Amino acid sequence: MSTRESLSSLDVRRSTHSPLITLVGSVVLVSLFSVAPWIVPAWFASILMNFFILVIMATMWNLLAGYSGMVSIGQQAFVGLGAYATLFFAIKGMSPLAAIPLAALACGVIALPVTYLLFRLRGGYFSIATWVVADTAMIIIGTVAYLGGGTGHYLPGLSNFDPVSLTHVQYLASWSVALVVVIGTYVLLRSRLGLVLASMRDNEVAARSAGAHVTSARRIVFIVAAAGCGAAGAVLAISQPFVQPGNEFSMSWTAEMLFASMIGGLGTIEGPIIGSVVYFVLFQWLGQYGAWYFIVFGSLAVGIAIWQPRGLWGALRDRFHVELLPVGHWVRERRSAK
Amino acid sequence: MTWLNIVIQGALVGGFYALFACGLSLMFGVMKVINLAHGDVAVVAGYTAVFLAPKFGVSPLWSFVVVVPVFALLGYVVQRTLIQKSIDRDPFTTLLVTFGLSVLIENLLLEVYTANGQSINIGSLIGSSFQLSSTIYISYVSLVVLGVAVAVLGALQIFLGHTKTGRLIRAVSDDREAAQLSGANYRHIFGIAAGIAFATVALAGIAYGMTTEFAPSSGVTNLIYAFEAVVVGGIGSLWGTLVGGIAIGIAQQLGEHINPEYQVLAGNLLFLVVLAVRPNGLFGKKTAPS
Repeated sequence: MSTRESLSSLDVRRSTHSPLITLVGSVVLVSLFSVAPWIVPAWFASILMNFFILVIMATMWNLLAGYSGMVSIGQQAFVGLGAYATLFFAIKGMSPLAAIPLAALACGVIALPVTYLLFRLRGGYFSIATWVVADTAMIIIGTVAYLGGGTGHYLPGLSNFDPVSLTHVQYLASWSVALVVVIGTYVLLRSRLGLVLASMRDNEVAARSAGAHVTSARRIVFIVAAAGCGAAGAVLAISQPFVQPGNEFSMSWTAEMLFASMIGGLGTIEGPIIGSVVYFVLFQWLGQYGAWYFIVFGSLAVGIAIWQPRGLWGALRDRFHVELLPVGHWVRERRSAK
Repeated sequence: MTWLNIVIQGALVGGFYALFACGLSLMFGVMKVINLAHGDVAVVAGYTAVFLAPKFGVSPLWSFVVVVPVFALLGYVVQRTLIQKSIDRDPFTTLLVTFGLSVLIENLLLEVYTANGQSINIGSLIGSSFQLSSTIYISYVSLVVLGVAVAVLGALQIFLGHTKTGRLIRAVSDDREAAQLSGANYRHIFGIAAGIAFATVALAGIAYGMTTEFAPSSGVTNLIYAFEAVVVGGIGSLWGTLVGGIAIGIAQQLGEHINPEYQVLAGNLLFLVVLAVRPNGLFGKKTAPS
């Protein structure tokens, strides 16, 4: 059999089922979440809002670690900078909602020079260096009196909403950013860059020698993740609406995004979303016992990293061969060929 | 005179950073992994000295005699179980696991002992110092800590260079498989290296508790300074770490002198400048770490 014939008997597909099912399911879900604040009780809408903020952060962290192997433990730098960029634009008189994309952009711009420093280090040293960057950003912001210094600043520009429509606006801000981030990540991973990332993850040396621009791919991912976390920070500032260095630059943001994506499954789009669901279920269940929900969540993440490194979604996917949001390719023999 | 004081006080703190960091460098050198919970081990040692040691009739001042060997054993056990399991997957997993442990330890300490500052009671020793000039005072405790740091680094250097186990550790860190083929059990050697790392950082934690107050979050902040000392000094060089620690200490004293808010910032900036200008540090090898 010639190569050409054998190739024609192979079938390359991306989805495990008809993409139409995914599309219809997505449209239904998106419509439901878009009208949720008018249907569900206010306390539940508030949980959903915080859930979306975590989904944004976890998706970005997963892009860094799960797809590009960069364990950043300083992503709170960009959450904080995004929140403060929003505060800055709001003080200047801009609507905080309009400031969200600008805050994301600002974080992406700041991330570019940062990569030239951080990429000199690898592995664990890279990780701690991201931490130093976050620490430095927090200290510098804390010294700027115009932005409230160490005590924080109220986010202006939201006073023209009445209390009920304010909660709706806060919800829709966090929901729409989450939607953009998840869809954006999906599109990014199915692009040429996604292919470079996949080859890099499988074998970096081989990817380099095949001409893949590994460092540039890493740089783009780091900038995108910084912009995404910046948008999360902007939404966070709008949801509170108070901005304070110790809160927005808190290490716990990174811990949450890391645990959520580890539990759900690194290296899949669905994983961080499932991990975020686990987080909020645990929070509802154990939230009244202080930080214990967080300790349980972290133990779960450590256990999963050791015994089930593909996470909950990875385990489900391997068991049932389902992909909801496929970014890879499936090659199988065509049934009609034989 | 102020300048001299800044240099002296910075050097005293720098010794502590080097003591804190040497275990971090050792584990990286041997196992190629960073233990992100390294700082939290020090804090746990501090809490052990304050709360657990007195229950067994050990005075806080002498607690290190018991706590340090116990932590050496703990390091061996943690390495052979949890850390080895994650190394077997890949270095990436080790980062995730040790970061998770760091967050877990900090939150557990917060739940059990609250965020209140604790210190190891060494009586009147804490305040005693000698006067170098009219404005420069040197605290005996800080001087002892610097001396201990130099002694530990020296001992480690001799141990790695001139003993059988030390040679095994170097062999394993150079080429794990080759050492294994020659009959060295690399997992056991990893355990020993982790034991040394835990022992030295426990000693650093107790030293820290004797000179100042510590809280559950102290582990993380000191890990950052220790890490800066390692990179400024040059990854892989023990004496470089001491010089790096002193450089960070002096930068922090200088920053504090300008404005108390700038103490930490100045250290961070020195680190970032070194990373930009001389990424291999002052005494580092030519190749970048991978």
